[in-house]
Parts: sequence; structure tokens; C-alpha cells
Amino acid sequence: MNDDTVPQRPELVCPAGTPASLRTAVDAGADAVYCGLQNETNARNFPGLNFSPVELQKSVAYAHARGAKVLLAVNTFPPAGKFQLWKDAIDVAVACAVDAIIVADMGVAAYASRNFPQLRLHLSVQAGASSPEAIRFHCEEFGVRRVVLPRILTVAEIADIHRQIPCEIEAFVFGNIGMMAEGRCSLTNYVTGISTNMDGVCSPAADVRFEEEADGALTSRLGPFVIDRYACGESGGYPTICKGRYACSAQAEPYYAFEEPRSLNLSALLPELMRAGVTALKIEGRQRSRAYVKEVVGAFRRAVDDIMAGREAALANLIALTEGHKETQGAFRSKSWR
Amino acid sequence: MSEARTELTLGPNPFNWSPERWRDFYFRIADEAPVATVYLGETVCSKRAPLFEEHYEAVAERLRGAGKTVVHSTLGETASQVDRRLVNDVCQRVGDLVEANDVSAIWHLRGRPHCIGPLINVYNEETLRFLAARGARNVCLPAELPFAAVSVLCGTAAAEGVTIELQVFGRQSLALSARCYHARAHDRTKDTCRFVCEENADGLPLTTLDGQPFLVVNGIQTLSYEYLNLAQEVPALKTAGVSRYRLSPHSCDMVEVASTFRDLLDGEIAPSEALSRLQTLELGTPFANGFLHGQPGYRWTTIKNLI
Repeated sequence: MNDDTVPQRPELVCPAGTPASLRTAVDAGADAVYCGLQNETNARNFPGLNFSPVELQKSVAYAHARGAKVLLAVNTFPPAGKFQLWKDAIDVAVACAVDAIIVADMGVAAYASRNFPQLRLHLSVQAGASSPEAIRFHCEEFGVRRVVLPRILTVAEIADIHRQIPCEIEAFVFGNIGMMAEGRCSLTNYVTGISTNMDGVCSPAADVRFEEEADGALTSRLGPFVIDRYACGESGGYPTICKGRYACSAQAEPYYAFEEPRSLNLSALLPELMRAGVTALKIEGRQRSRAYVKEVVGAFRRAVDDIMAGREAALANLIALTEGHKETQGAFRSKSWR
Repeated sequence: MSEARTELTLGPNPFNWSPERWRDFYFRIADEAPVATVYLGETVCSKRAPLFEEHYEAVAERLRGAGKTVVHSTLGETASQVDRRLVNDVCQRVGDLVEANDVSAIWHLRGRPHCIGPLINVYNEETLRFLAARGARNVCLPAELPFAAVSVLCGTAAAEGVTIELQVFGRQSLALSARCYHARAHDRTKDTCRFVCEENADGLPLTTLDGQPFLVVNGIQTLSYEYLNLAQEVPALKTAGVSRYRLSPHSCDMVEVASTFRDLLDGEIAPSEALSRLQTLELGTPFANGFLHGQPGYRWTTIKNLI
């Protein structure tokens, strides 16, 4: 359905955990900024993060004055009996004139498309729509205009999907990478009683503990479970279940059963992604600092501009910003990652 | 509130058993287990589906012959061409109902009666009503829903003419991934796995660095280590309006599990007796019921009444 020979100029979609970060991202060259409200209606519901309705309104004015868009993530799954909070979030989005809302739950999407047919809908990565049929379903039922693809596909598969769907594709290119299909993971809830889908939190800080052992090693825990242990001097990561070290009968030593603590960095694949039909490049990290936002957004801004101008993009300095200074191309490079 | 007529169901087998073991398991279920509905089909890995093909129709026929309803379950995660073909093939089946486990299956099934599996995110009334309007007739709820939400959804479902099903026994599906963790544990990849998941009839346990059993790997799926057991909660769930109770297959004596839950649903035994009968299965793993109580899912609480 789409012509994939000429790369389109992609939209750079950048994270904003706070109004200050939003201004930083816009000033650093973001084409669009995504953010959430201060409650469980979005998947980065962390203390000290996110926007009040008034802050959102002012931020939209700031972004629009500089030609940037604001996308509001309303991308968690309301449990029965609490749906009103999500309706309120969409009403706020409309009142603040955001450019699109990013939704995952079918009920939320149905409410938005029924009541605000003019409101642009993006399908969140949390919807886990990984096939043309699943994406088409959301386009046909809710008028979804853009899908944020799960981080489980190869570039070749993305190109194939692009040819079979009637909407735009947004893909994550940099930042934290979860190992599980987004929107389909109850591991945090299993351990802490806080649900990623319903409460918008993965690995809540209140349940994280670091303990120093007698030998100087550092043990990280989530709830009662040991997630990893680092020798004295080894750099330790924030404990998330899918990046922990465990033992099993098939391995002689404890191993990273799901994935090592690494960040996604697809900067080297940008031209390929653009040729595959990705028209929006998403940077993860609403929980990260303004300095991070400034540096990453600035670097990707230059890279995209270089590629569009036919120049070689320089992105080597980004590894310093990745988790544990280790990076991966995840599923995108080849099927052998699986 | 009057209690709905209750049905016992056997969910799709998430594990990779040998084709003969798989066939014999279902033959015995057909002959001996007091379950009304049996879900067949591969939900975890499209590479496995051909392994069971030669026995599939015979198993379905034996189950139907024993008076059981057969429902065909689709794959939980659809990405590759092989996945998509499998989902398409299952959804084209005629005669029996199909249970969707990802949205691509709903795309195929909408407009005709079908079931919604627990790997579809039905968390609220709006989603339930939306799916009911597209042909959903039975919805098996996601594992992590607390009782309050289950209760509200039962009310919505009744108004929509939809039945609510809930898993009450067996390891719970906690996450899906694109990567096969079974293959990874054996230093292979999904494409070069040589079906190593067949080595673990109930999944491959992971323990923490201090030796605590934690999770279970089953191909691309991560399961709870503990076995869900909602025997104590059955009376409250009946009152709330849950009408179908799902057992997830394991290598333990599933006929005994089914008989115990059937007796419990019929009020012939008390939850305490059901518990002690299930304890005699000697699973070697603890029970859990945390999610329904709004607690961490791994936890086990002995209860009298559900709030």
C-alpha cells in the first residue's frame, strides 16, 4: 500500500517526563514529544514524573509555538470499575489540544474514537500489535493512524508489515529495551503486587533493594527475589526481572535467562528502518534526565538530517548513554536474536 | 444473586509433550475427566503445531464422542509468516468454536461467535462490550485481574450474554516474548532449537542466585513457578457470576484435579477438602492465589471469605 523506495523524512518522537524535559526536547530538535499525566493512565507512572492538566496545556502551547507536536500516552489498561480515570485523561487531552493520543486498551480506543472522532489515535507499543492483521484490526475499528511496533520484529518483517497496513509506522530506535512483549507482561505484578498494565509501573522503586554482602558484592532485589549480584567494583543495574541472572538445570552457571542489561541502539540501522517504511523514530526515556534528553535528541536530530542530506550519520557517542554502557540491536538485526 | 450454572474446562496444553503422550493425555481426559469443554491447539510456538497434527482430529473426535465441547485455541503471539498462517488456518475451522489469543485472531473471527482467551487484554467493561458486539461469547479473563474487577466484569458479561471464564488451577502465563528462552537456556536460538522444550513436561524452572525457585520457562512464554489454585475462592467466584472454571494441563493427575474441582463446584465437598485433595497430588511446588486478592501473584493466602 506504500511506496518504500524513497525514504520519507521521519518524525523524531522524543520523551518528556516533565515540562522542563519537554522544552529541552523541543529545543533540541524533536518533531514530536510524548508525555503522560500524573497517574496510572500511562506506562511511566513514576513519582515526580509527568504532567498536570495545566502543565500539559502550557507545554502544548510551547511545543506548537515552535512547530513541534505533543502526543499524550494513555496507554495502560483500566481495570473494571476504574475506567473513569482513563476517560478523564482523554477529555484532558482533547481540552489541551494535543496532536494525538497513544492508546493500547481496546475499551479506551473505543471510547476515544466514539466520542472524539477527530482526535488522532496512535496505537501504543503496549497493544502488542505485531502482525498486519492485528494492526489492521485497530485501524478498521478505531481509525488508528499510526502503530508503534513492538520491539520483537526484524527490519525485514517491518518492511513486510509496512506493505500490508493502511497506517504509519513508529519504531523505537534508542533506550531501554524490555524483553517481554509489551502490554502482555505480569512479572512485576507477580513479584510486587503492582501491575505494569493497570498501574503503569515496571519494577517499582519502592520494591527495589540493594544489599552489600560481606565480600563487598552488591545484591539487587525486587520484592523478596534476588534479581542479580555484582562483584565489588562491577557496575550494577537497576533490577528488572527480565534482565536478571538466574540458574537453571540446563546451564552450569547462573546466566541472564532473558537478556543482559543492555539498551537498544538502532542508530546504525536508521537508513534501513527508513527504507523499511518507518516514518517516526521513537526515543525511549521519559524517566531520564534533561541532560540525557538533550544529548540523545540532539544526536538523532543531526543523524536524521545527515541521512536525509545523503551524508554519513555520526552516532558513536551515544553508547555512553546506554544502560550499563552496553547496547544491542535487539530483534531488529536478525532472527538469530530470538 | 442467583448462581450461574458452572462448567469445568480444560485449557490448551502450553507444553511440548511427545505426540503420543499428548494424544493419550486427551484420550484419558475424554474417557475420565468431568470437564465440559476442552481447548485444543498450540498457543505458544507455531513450530510445535505440526507435531500434534497426526493425532489432532482423532483427539477432537474422541472428546466430542465423550460429549465434550471442543474449542480450538490460537497462538498467543503472532509475528512471523508461519505464525500468521497457523492463526489463519485455526480461524478458518468450521463446526467448532475458536478461542482468540491475540488480536490478529479477532481480526479473522469478528462477526461470528467466538471465544476470547486469557492472553487477550480484557481488563474492563468497555473492552468486554466492544468484543461482545463483535461476536465474543465467552471470555477467559487475564491472570492478573483482582477480584473486584472480575466481579464487575461478570455483571457486564451477563448483560451482554457473554460467559466469564477464569483459570483456577495450574501455572499462570506471566509474559510472552519474541525470544525462545528454552532455546537460550540450551545456547540455541528459536530457529535452531531442535525442540528442546520437549525435555520439560511442566516447563523449565529458574531459580534465583540464592536458590529460590522463581519462574518457569516454556518456549517464548514465562510461567509462574507456583501452581495457581483458586479452590478456596470458588464459592465467592460462583456468587460473583463466574460460570466457567479453567484447569491448565500439567503432567500431574489432571483427572483427579478435574474431579476435585467438579465436586467443589457441585457443593459436594468444602474448599478445605478440595485443598487437601489437591495437596495429595504432591506437585512438589507451592500453590499461589495472590493476583485475585490484589497481592503479588506468587503469594498464597489461606482465606475464609473473599472481600
